[in-house]
Amino acid sequence: MGVLKRNLTAYGFLCAALACFAVFAWYPMVREFVLSFQHTNLIDPPTWAGLDNFTAVVRDPAFGTAWLNTVQFTVLALICGYAVPFVTALVLNELRHARGYLRFVVYLPVMLPPIVAVLLFRWFYDPGPGLFNQILDFFHLPALAWLDSSSTALVSLVIVSTWMNMGSATLIYLAALQNIPPELYEAAELDGAGILARIRHVTIPQTRLILLLMLMLQIVATMQVFIEPYMLTGGGPENSTVTVAYLMYQFAFTYGDGYGQAGALGLMLMLALLLFAAFQLRLTREDKA
Amino acid sequence: MQRSTGLLLATVLTTGLGLSATACGASEPATPAPGGAAPVTITVACRPARSAPKERRAWDDDVAAFMRAHPGVTVKSTDQQPCFDPKTFGPKLAGGQMETAFVVPVTTYDDVIGKGQALDITQHVGLIKNWNDLRPDVRELVTKDGRVYGVPNVHYGVGLVYNRKLFTQAGLNPDTPPTTWAEIREAAKRIAALGPGHVGYGEYSGGNTGGWHFTQALYGRGGSVVTDDGKKAAFNSPEGRAVLQTLHDMRWTDDSMGSRLLVGWESLMMAMGGGKVGMMLGAPDVVTDVVNKFKGNVADYGITGFPEARASLSGGEAFMINPKATPEQAKAALQWLDFRYNTVGKGRFDFARGKTLGNPVGVPDNDVYGDSPTGKAIQAGREENATLPVQNYAPYVRAAAAVPPKAEPPHAQELYAILDVVMSGVLSRRDADPGKLLADAEAKADALLAAKG
Repeated sequence: MGVLKRNLTAYGFLCAALACFAVFAWYPMVREFVLSFQHTNLIDPPTWAGLDNFTAVVRDPAFGTAWLNTVQFTVLALICGYAVPFVTALVLNELRHARGYLRFVVYLPVMLPPIVAVLLFRWFYDPGPGLFNQILDFFHLPALAWLDSSSTALVSLVIVSTWMNMGSATLIYLAALQNIPPELYEAAELDGAGILARIRHVTIPQTRLILLLMLMLQIVATMQVFIEPYMLTGGGPENSTVTVAYLMYQFAFTYGDGYGQAGALGLMLMLALLLFAAFQLRLTREDKA
Repeated sequence: MQRSTGLLLATVLTTGLGLSATACGASEPATPAPGGAAPVTITVACRPARSAPKERRAWDDDVAAFMRAHPGVTVKSTDQQPCFDPKTFGPKLAGGQMETAFVVPVTTYDDVIGKGQALDITQHVGLIKNWNDLRPDVRELVTKDGRVYGVPNVHYGVGLVYNRKLFTQAGLNPDTPPTTWAEIREAAKRIAALGPGHVGYGEYSGGNTGGWHFTQALYGRGGSVVTDDGKKAAFNSPEGRAVLQTLHDMRWTDDSMGSRLLVGWESLMMAMGGGKVGMMLGAPDVVTDVVNKFKGNVADYGITGFPEARASLSGGEAFMINPKATPEQAKAALQWLDFRYNTVGKGRFDFARGKTLGNPVGVPDNDVYGDSPTGKAIQAGREENATLPVQNYAPYVRAAAAVPPKAEPPHAQELYAILDVVMSGVLSRRDADPGKLLADAEAKADALLAAKG
C-alpha cells in the first residue's frame, strides 16, 4: 500500500498516457478489426460480411502486384536504408573535426515535413530540367526517366525514402557506436587488427542488438510505405509503385464504400508485420541466450 | 526508417467512430418566428473560401437577402472547399455533419440516391421556378423510378481545350482549331517543335484520371467501357485500340507529348497554367481552373468541340437534400437553391456583380439550362458582362450541342484504376503493345465486374 501511495503521481501520469493510447491507438485498432468483417458505407447500419471483404481484396487485380511491390520496396529500402546510415554513423564516429555540424547535416532531412521532401524530389526527378538528369548530363550520361518508367520508379521512391529517413537511423547507430568501450578497440589494435577487422570483430558484435532492433523497425515501417507513391507516382506507371498501404487508401477513398475492404487489407498487413515482430523477438532472445 | 502510415490507418479506421455518433441533422432549436410560422434553420454547402474575400462577401450578401425575403429561415453556410470531397462525404453523412443542401457530382448520383442518402424532393420541385427549363436529360440523371432526388446545378460535356498563343507561335491558326484526331496530331507536332518543355498534347496517366480520360476518348470514338448489361468489359475494341495507338504514336513517334508523365489532375493543370501545353481533352471548367488556380493567362485559352465525337462523357453536379431534413427544412433549402443557383440575374447568375468583383465571366462552363428561355437569358447575361474573350469558346458551344451525353460506366472508379495502367503503359514504354495492354486490362475488368455482380 505504501508503495502504491509513493507512486501515486506516477500512476496518474501513466493513466493519462494509457487513456490516450486507448482512445487513439487501441480503439481504432479494435474498430478496424470489426470493420474488416463488415459491409458498411458508414451511413446505413453495418452488416456482417464474414470473409467477403478479404475475398474481395484478394481478388482485386492489384492485390498481388501491391504485395510484390511492397516486398521489393522493403528489400531495396533495407539495402539502402540499413547500410547507408550505418556506414555514415561509422564515418561520423571516426571524425575528429566538424562532427556536430555533419550530424546536423545528416539529420536535417528528418526535420523537413515529408510532403516538402517528396515535392523536392519531384523536382529532382523531373526528366527535363530536374537536378538528377542535369548531373547525369554533366557526366555525359544518358538521362533517366526516374519516376516515369516502370523499371526505375520503385527504385526512385526508395531513394527518396532513404534520404528522408536516414538521419534518425544514423543518430541511433552513432549512439550505439559511442557506447562501445574504447578499450576493446585498443586491444584489437594491439592484436594488429585493421579497420575492417575492428568493425567485424568489435563494432558489429557490440552493436548486434541495436542492429537487430533497427532491422525489425525498418521492415515494419517500410512495408507501410504510402506517402511516396501517393505523392509522386499515383501508383504508376503500370502499377509499378502500388503498395499495400496505397491500395488500402484506394479501397477506402477511391473505390466506393471500400472501408471494410481497406480494413481487411490493413489486417492482413498487420498480421504480416506481426510475423516479422515475432521473428525479431525470437532472434533477440536467442542472442541474449 | 520509413515513416509509417499510421496516420492513414488512423484516418481509415477512425472514420468508423462516426458509426456510433447519433446523426443529428442540421436543425436548430425552434424559436417563434414573425408571422407565427415555425422558424427553421438550414445549413448549406459551398460558401467561398476566405482566400476569395469578394466572392465570400457576395455570398454573405445573398444569404442576408434570402433571409430577409424568407422570414423565419436561418441559413448557416459551411466553408468546406471543395464543396464535395469524396474522402469526407461518407464520414460526414455518417456523423450527421452533412449540410441540409449538399453537392453531389454526377459520378456519384446513382450511389447516393441508391443508398437513400438523398431526400425524395418530387413534391417540392415546383419551388425551383425554372425547373421545367432544366435540360430533360440532365433532370433524368437525378430521377430514379419516377422520383426526383436532386436539383441539377452544373452540366457540361467534353471539348478540346487549347492554348491559342502556342497555336499562333507554332504557325497554326487559333481560330480554326483541330476538328479531327489527325489534325490534333499534326498541331501537337508543330507545338512540340517550339522547343524544350513544350508539350503538344497533354494527357493523364494515373490517380484514376488516366482511366477517366481514356473513357472520354473512347466515348468520343463511339466505344464503350462495358457491355450494355454492364457485366463484361467492352473497351478492348477497335475504338479502344485507336485511342491508345494515337497516344502511343504521339508520344513515341511524334515526340509531341513531352517526356514527363502527367500523373493526375493537378500535374496537367499546372502544366497547362505554365503555358507550354498546346491541347488537352477537357470541359470548359478547365479554363476556369487553369486561370483561377494555376495562373494561366486568360486570353491564351480557347476551347473547341470534341473532335470527331460520337458521344461525350457527361460531367456536372447537383444539389441534394439531407434525408434527415424536416419538411420545413427541405422546403427552405429548395427555396435557397432556387434563389442562389437558379434565378436569372441573381446569386451565381448575377454576372454584373461577378464582373464588378473581377471574376472570370464568360466561360460557358454550365449548360444545365440548355437552349431553354432560361438558358438563353443566362447566356445573354454572361455575354453582356463577359470579362473574358467569349469568342474563344464559341466553337465549343456550337459543337457541344450536337454531341449526345453518355453516362459513366458502373464501378467507374475501379475500372478507371485498371485503365490507368493502360494509359501509363503507352505513355511510359516505347515498346508498349496497346492490344496486349487492353487484353490484360479486360481480364482484370471482367474479374472485377464478375466479383461485383
